[in-house]
Amino acid sequence: MRNQPVLIRTLQYVFLAGFLLFLGFPFLWLISTAFKSPAELNSLAVNLVPLQPTLDNFTAAFEAQGLVRAAWNSVFVSVVTTVIVVIISVPGAYVLARYRGKIRAMGSGWVLVSQIVPVALFILPLFFILRMVGLVDSLGGVIAVYVVYTLPFSLWMLQGYVAAIPVDVEEAGATDGATKLQVLTRIVFPLLQPGLIATAIFTFVAAYNEFFFALVLLQSPENFTLSVSLSTFSNGEGLSEIGPLAAGALIASIPSVIFFAILQRRLTGGLLAGAVKG
Amino acid sequence: MPLELKARSEATVPKPTARSRKQSALARRQRNEAVVLAVPALIPVIILSVVPLLIGVSLAFTDSQLISESAPGFVGVDNFARLLRNGAFWNAFGIGAIWSVSVTALQLVCGLALALLLNTDLRFRGVTRLLAIIPWAMPPVVVAIMWQMIYSPTNGPLNWFITSLGGPRINWLGDFSLALPAVILVGVWAGMPQNTISYLAGLQQVPVELLEAARVDGAGAWSRFVHVTLPALKPTIISIVSLSFIWNFNSFGIIYVLTAGGPGGKTLLPMLFVYIEAFRNGNTGMAAAMTDVIVVFLVIVLSAFLLRNFRKGVQA
Repeated sequence: MRNQPVLIRTLQYVFLAGFLLFLGFPFLWLISTAFKSPAELNSLAVNLVPLQPTLDNFTAAFEAQGLVRAAWNSVFVSVVTTVIVVIISVPGAYVLARYRGKIRAMGSGWVLVSQIVPVALFILPLFFILRMVGLVDSLGGVIAVYVVYTLPFSLWMLQGYVAAIPVDVEEAGATDGATKLQVLTRIVFPLLQPGLIATAIFTFVAAYNEFFFALVLLQSPENFTLSVSLSTFSNGEGLSEIGPLAAGALIASIPSVIFFAILQRRLTGGLLAGAVKG
Repeated sequence: MPLELKARSEATVPKPTARSRKQSALARRQRNEAVVLAVPALIPVIILSVVPLLIGVSLAFTDSQLISESAPGFVGVDNFARLLRNGAFWNAFGIGAIWSVSVTALQLVCGLALALLLNTDLRFRGVTRLLAIIPWAMPPVVVAIMWQMIYSPTNGPLNWFITSLGGPRINWLGDFSLALPAVILVGVWAGMPQNTISYLAGLQQVPVELLEAARVDGAGAWSRFVHVTLPALKPTIISIVSLSFIWNFNSFGIIYVLTAGGPGGKTLLPMLFVYIEAFRNGNTGMAAAMTDVIVVFLVIVLSAFLLRNFRKGVQA
């Protein structure tokens, strides 16, 4: 009987190690490839640790056609999207969390529907609408689409944080003679800050990682975001210039990975607020 | 007694009306406030979400073309009739079904298993949790590029491992029968973390007293899992599985970069098919019909799934 727990413990560690390997190895391999010399990449030898680590691939990636430009486009699109979404989410989330009635019901309904209706249904009409107003193949068009595409989740996440603020705090402000706007800007907004940061990071990562809309809407290489630009380097059949591509891909994933690592503890609440209730 | 009752009711009647008038004024003010506060979110939503939804559904009944000078004409259910006979589309639909069922099921099993491991007092839990975040955070395009390197037939680590065990050199993404399983594995890798973290959050809400009581009653680990943990997790599982199924059926980026639907259309998911029909062939009316079919299919599958589980829940 005493052996059983040891056996189970061992099995647990074996499985945990298996998952660690499965989840972690591809990323390690990407890092390793990014630091390998062309000679090593062209040989059939397979090493996890590069024999002669080099930064040449990163230099090549920075010099590659339009990759720096694409990185700038990605950051620009994601930052502007995040700022707009956060600004319009605050009052919207406040309504969802605090008011009863039709607006709240419709708002929650829309948040739910938008999580279920596939983007496929939106892409064609969006393309035609944006073409009509001349926003196809422009970063402005992509930003407009990203704002709408990230808004439901951001609203839902933020309303959870608003709901967590005790109503008493607001009522105390109101009885002291503050107007609604003052209550919102002086009382609710400062208390919302942790929630705002989490929501902003989620929005940034969603916009930064997005590929489908960008692929459809952007046509000229100077407007490409990082995802679209990287996808042109790698066609379906194989990789052109694997080293610089690995370096570019590694750099491209850094902002999202860092932001998610910062959010680590909050990912639970954030996702559950969106996924389970939604 | 009746008199007393009457008197009392009469006495209370005027009071609510006065209050309700006051309340309705308050409600009106509140509603106006709500409208003003919601407008900034409502404008972009209506222009770029509700209107497109309506246009999207109606485009399917037109002969709309991507590049066309004239306005699209109404063609009734013509697109749907032709779609019924489009074997290639239904083939893509079938591949989409295999892909999303496999990926969703494996995400559930692996995600739940890892969540259970992370919910114990094992070491390295923190590291695993942090590592699990990486696939979730990575852009899909980077995920695809990375896995192309893993699957590389010439100097990929997977083939190195297999050949060093004496196995053959395999062209994972170029093989007709292996390409779909290979991309399914990537799908699981990319979506598993989100599943894991959600299940972990669910597990942490399973009442400890209940598990302890079951243990005192002599229930083994497996029996505790089946009779206490699983029922408590059920709402979480149902939500995550439903959402994952929708997301997986509509996935695009990973496959577009990884295989572009190849080899020979073996990994051509419905969304890739729609993309090609709309933006390569320019048949936007037909592509809209396809998206409508996909949405109707998803709604039916989802309602059936949710209804079944809901009924079961009521019976239990």
